[in-house]
Amino acid sequence: MATGIRDKVAIIGMGCSKFGERWDVGSEELMVESFGECIQDAGIDPNEIEAAWFGSCLDEVNVGKSALPASIALRLNNIAVTRTENYCASGTEAFRGAVYAVASGAYDIALAIGVEKLKDIGYGGLPEFGSGMGITNGFWFPNMTAPGCFAMLASGYANKYGIDMGELKKGLAHVSAKSHANGALNPKAHLQKAVTEEAILNAPMVAYPLGLFDCCGVSDGSACAIVATPEIAKRLGKKDYVTVKALQLSLSNGEEMSFTDWDGSHFPTTSKASSIAYKEAGIKNPREEISMMEVHDCFSITELVTMEDLHISERGMAIKDVMDGFYDLDGKVPCQVDGGLKCFGHPIGASGIRMLYEMYLQLHGRAGKRQLKDPKFGLTHNLGGFPFMNICSVAIIGRHDV
Amino acid sequence: MIGITSYGAYLPRLRLTRKIIAKAMAWYNPAIFGAAKGEKSVANWDEDALTMAVAASYDCMTDRQKKAIDAVYLASTSLPFADRLNADILATALNVDEEGVTCSDFTGCTKSATTAAITAYDVISAGRKENVLVAASDLRKTKMGTNFEMFLGDGAAAVLFGRDNVIAEITGSYSMNCDFIDHYKGHDKTIDYTWEERWVRDEGYGKIIPQAITEYLKESKENIADFAKVIYPCYFGATHRIIGKKLGVDPEKVQGNMHEVCGDTGSAHPFLMLFAALEASSPGDKLLLVGFGQGCDVLSFKVTENIRQFNGPQGLKGALASKVEMDNYLKFAKFRDLIVSDLGIRGEVNNNTSLTTLYRNRKRILGLVGLRCTKCGTPQYTFTPTCVNPACRAVGEMEEYEFASRDAKVLMYTGDMLAPSMDPPAIYGIIDFEGGGRLLADFTDCTLDDVRVGLPMNMSFRRRYKDDMRGFSGYFWKAVPATYEKGV
Repeated sequence: MATGIRDKVAIIGMGCSKFGERWDVGSEELMVESFGECIQDAGIDPNEIEAAWFGSCLDEVNVGKSALPASIALRLNNIAVTRTENYCASGTEAFRGAVYAVASGAYDIALAIGVEKLKDIGYGGLPEFGSGMGITNGFWFPNMTAPGCFAMLASGYANKYGIDMGELKKGLAHVSAKSHANGALNPKAHLQKAVTEEAILNAPMVAYPLGLFDCCGVSDGSACAIVATPEIAKRLGKKDYVTVKALQLSLSNGEEMSFTDWDGSHFPTTSKASSIAYKEAGIKNPREEISMMEVHDCFSITELVTMEDLHISERGMAIKDVMDGFYDLDGKVPCQVDGGLKCFGHPIGASGIRMLYEMYLQLHGRAGKRQLKDPKFGLTHNLGGFPFMNICSVAIIGRHDV
Repeated sequence: MIGITSYGAYLPRLRLTRKIIAKAMAWYNPAIFGAAKGEKSVANWDEDALTMAVAASYDCMTDRQKKAIDAVYLASTSLPFADRLNADILATALNVDEEGVTCSDFTGCTKSATTAAITAYDVISAGRKENVLVAASDLRKTKMGTNFEMFLGDGAAAVLFGRDNVIAEITGSYSMNCDFIDHYKGHDKTIDYTWEERWVRDEGYGKIIPQAITEYLKESKENIADFAKVIYPCYFGATHRIIGKKLGVDPEKVQGNMHEVCGDTGSAHPFLMLFAALEASSPGDKLLLVGFGQGCDVLSFKVTENIRQFNGPQGLKGALASKVEMDNYLKFAKFRDLIVSDLGIRGEVNNNTSLTTLYRNRKRILGLVGLRCTKCGTPQYTFTPTCVNPACRAVGEMEEYEFASRDAKVLMYTGDMLAPSMDPPAIYGIIDFEGGGRLLADFTDCTLDDVRVGLPMNMSFRRRYKDDMRGFSGYFWKAVPATYEKGV
């Protein structure tokens, strides 16, 4: 009988590069930057790492295929390295691989590292989707982009709850303004400037109804984690070490796209992955027990709807919670504490691990101006793909003693 | 009795007022002012002769008629493929049986449609075929600021020939061929090369059409006065009238050349003019139809009682009524690829087309033929044999299910300024079909303001991409707002 991942694996070190338009460096330097911080934090020799998982998504324009780019950039000791790619969950997948490897007893110490170098393609936004969608899909998928697909969700959500698009836009503006305020407190964030809700509402349209500030930053960056057995964490003298409480993944099976039950207003995958994750972590009432979150705010509407699918806001009530400041830095469940994808940036393969990095810093009381008071559980969430066809990952980490 | 058993038409909804062309280009060629009356029909950027032929053919046939087809002829001078049977792409888009159906392209001149019609008449007369679809379509690219740009419009027509419930009986046919080159398009060229208008007018249309009609009448021992309408294309307005006068036709019996409402649609034009005549006809009327181009084809028809029950072509009536005025000449020029603009680096992606994948999925992609689970009855547009219904999940229990003619409604949508598009924003979304099934699809023939959740939509066969490097056009179906009632 499976018992879940709770407290079986400790995070003994983490690192994260500065995110942003890193014109001066490539994926190699980005990985070395995050790994350097991570190995120092862990206090081990790189040769003690027994296996590694490497997350990168858009290999066509990034590092290329296989896990070799990570093995070579870090000059790993001819150990097992596996590349993970699962859209925007690629980083969390690398973490999941390393955590499961340690939990299985196959290894004592494992590395998860993610990187994405997106600003070498010559145009804004994510790389054109056309060449990576699969040959058969290429014959019939629309001429679509990420902002367009998530913008569709806004039309479905507004229609389901009978909300005027103007009202929804105001809620979305608060979502983005809150993340900008948080990002302004983070020296590693891509975007560190506070933006008013008025400016957000008046921004040019990218994909109706999403404007420029409803979209997250497209950035270069890397993040990594070293995980080990709790025994090793203790042996290394890490008193207040952090453990993994839950790691769940849920993938669409095509029902949203091809079956008429889905109403286009939410993410069934997130709803399922979070329910199982809470159970795995022993959390009964997430609205009360989750201390903080980093969710996949690729677009403001994604974050808003996700609040409901994570079972923290009730269905149809996310706008009210958002406007009440429930998710602000001084709110009940602060969300996007580090600025989120919105402002910290979104180098896809690194994003899941970067979210864990902020939760890790907060749990250790090392989050500087953003530090929250006595957090216990931190939740991270990725949503890869599109509202109608996606991969959702949910991770919960916390102090080992809660 | 052999004749027309059904007919359908398609005019793209965009209309460009010729005054707008004159305003933009008369500084360059003041002669175009002479034709600056009325408007021309303009195909959207994602249409071509083939897509318009598909639309006209769907307008023409009921499902029952479609299943009975045993030949598909496609007539055009502007087909997307020089070597790949365009008529077969049409047949696949219609989901006509592959076995036992003869498909053929009729091309090379603008009388190709009437030649195809005469061929259909011949093969049915010979007892070799029962029901022959003749689709005709043209989208001819023209140079900026020319009279051809003024004269020509885009459009398509489809006629079903057979023996059952004939609307207009074919009572005779005649062909004459001569290498009179009013225009030509050489190998590897995309735009017609034209000769002096005065010669084309006086020696071409003005002489060859009367000569062919005269010869036909001599052979058939009929009199021009027997015909309720005499129908012949000629985009020169004065010459069009003079031809009738030469033949001694009462001016009221000369079918108008549609210059004012859509322009000359090339191969499709004799049929579109014939439809206009049929709409105004009564049982017993005789109609004389001419196709022109390197000679002439002549066909005579006698309208039957069935015209009273015939409900089409909704496409022509609907499109004429639901037009959208195009007020931007540069947009027209861009749609026809006459000017260079920047789609951005994002727009440069140019994947090769996997012909193996396309062949394997030809019905799914070109015909929008989805699946229906025979266990639970759920229609689904999908590529896996496992049923999408979570309460079923039967494997390999699917039957074919056509989505192309089904009504749908918008579930969710957007207008995307980031996606590279010829007509931004790129509008797309998910639609739900009446009776089940849903589709993620591009929307076309609409503006963002037209779209809302719940908007009724229909499917339209469109060009999804054009691979200029390899010369390949890729097709799929897009959703368009349901603006008018579908055909028969």
